[in-house]
Amino acid sequence: MAPGVNQIPSDIAPERRREAMGLLAKATRSELEQAWAALPKRPEAEPVRGPETGLVMVRGRIGGGGQPFNLGEVTATRASVRLQGVVGHGQALGTDGEKARLAAVFDALLQLPEHAPAAERLLAEIAERIEGEDTRKARETAATRVDFFTMVRGDD
Amino acid sequence: MYVAVKGGEAAIANAHRLLADRRRGDRSLPSITIEQIVAQLGLAVDRVMAEASLYDRAIAALAIRQSRGDMIEAIFILRAYRTTLPRFGYSVPVETSRMLVERRVSATYKDLPGGQLLGPTFDYTHRLLDPSLLRDEQVEEPLQRDGEQEPVMRVSDILAGEGLVEGDGELPAGHVPGDLTREPLEFPMARDLRLQALARGDEGFLLSLAYSTQRGYGNNHPFVGEVRMGEVEVELDLPELGFAVSLGRIQVTECQMITQFKGSVKSPPQFTRGYGLVFGQNERKAMSMSLVDRALRTDEFEEDVVSPAQDEEFVISHSDNVQATGFVEHLKLPHYVDFQAELDLMRRMRREHDERSREEPGDDTLEAAQ
Repeated sequence: MAPGVNQIPSDIAPERRREAMGLLAKATRSELEQAWAALPKRPEAEPVRGPETGLVMVRGRIGGGGQPFNLGEVTATRASVRLQGVVGHGQALGTDGEKARLAAVFDALLQLPEHAPAAERLLAEIAERIEGEDTRKARETAATRVDFFTMVRGDD
Repeated sequence: MYVAVKGGEAAIANAHRLLADRRRGDRSLPSITIEQIVAQLGLAVDRVMAEASLYDRAIAALAIRQSRGDMIEAIFILRAYRTTLPRFGYSVPVETSRMLVERRVSATYKDLPGGQLLGPTFDYTHRLLDPSLLRDEQVEEPLQRDGEQEPVMRVSDILAGEGLVEGDGELPAGHVPGDLTREPLEFPMARDLRLQALARGDEGFLLSLAYSTQRGYGNNHPFVGEVRMGEVEVELDLPELGFAVSLGRIQVTECQMITQFKGSVKSPPQFTRGYGLVFGQNERKAMSMSLVDRALRTDEFEEDVVSPAQDEEFVISHSDNVQATGFVEHLKLPHYVDFQAELDLMRRMRREHDERSREEPGDDTLEAAQ
């Protein structure tokens, strides 16, 4: 990370931004592309870093909750852009550079009052899709839950 | 005199062209796509990711296609690929207790919070060939069950309540997790480094070792406390922002194996645990890993090392199939000069032997005559 890339303060709460970046990481490339194409005014995004693909070493915990250990690596791609004076960061699993760049663009848009509503609409759309997929998966798994019953043996 | 020999360049180029042809096979058939491999040979993809120690389904599928389905070759290709990429950092440890569970079974408790969730399993199938798969068969949508789902509680937490099971696994304060991709292996090693090696270890090797512990080579009486499979969040700290963000989710399989332990001078009688965590859906590997993890903890429980599965240096030095295949398969590469030297030596030894036999005819000739 080049020094001083995120000097302009944004009034978005860190917790909201963290959540937003997590959703942008789970966005599909086409969700990002469509949201970008749907913007009435598309500000110019100047690349600050990347997109670059690299590895993140995923850690687990011994016994599930103990000391960390290194489980194995995962591919990840990140990008940073400057847009109307604010810097956006995008990062996601995989090797899709354009997806990381667009995620960075929307991270920047979220920090600009003028564009935040459009970014929020995209985030709501992503969150809704993920919730739908998770719910369906959970319900499919629930259908495979074992219901035990007791066999009555003998007369009484 | 040693004479350097060159050659074979044309033969190698033609061999690789022939390989590409055989890989593609019958041109009248459509070529298999990466998406098809990911979607329909998913467990092969998972195995390659686990043993390559690199999680990326599309790239693993590409490697499987490139290697014509040779899994170890695909793993090798992925290992080579990862060396071309920079390391961004270490993730925040994944929280398997917050997993979006797609399968969870326990062999120790029938009724437990969250229940027995079979998920997409081969268990209880009859292993009969299914002729419907000869055609492009129609598959029914899975059923769904309504209602609130209970949180899927960890079995180790249930036992921990009674204090009858050891904790999750602590190392001395300030211990930095070892990383075998950064430092050469040294023995003995801490449990964290062993787990990293086992997580990328060859499934067949770990399965056989795990089996050996059950058959008496390493004293274990194991129960599957729990096997769970599903997605976990991968979070990375972003120093420029001062918080960790999610990069997305990966699928993992976790096994908590519980074994008896009589107690020692240091600790009271309690259940001890072996731990397995593997990329993708692969409970055979996760279970094997947990059995071998427990077998290797001899120093913690003052157990004697009497079996191969308890021998850390033996297990960890031979569990990596890329290293193993490299050393075994290099034997087919030209060893002309080595062998020439051995051949000369053998001829001289034989000549000396024959001369000795002629000088002192005795036992040898007698035996030959018999």
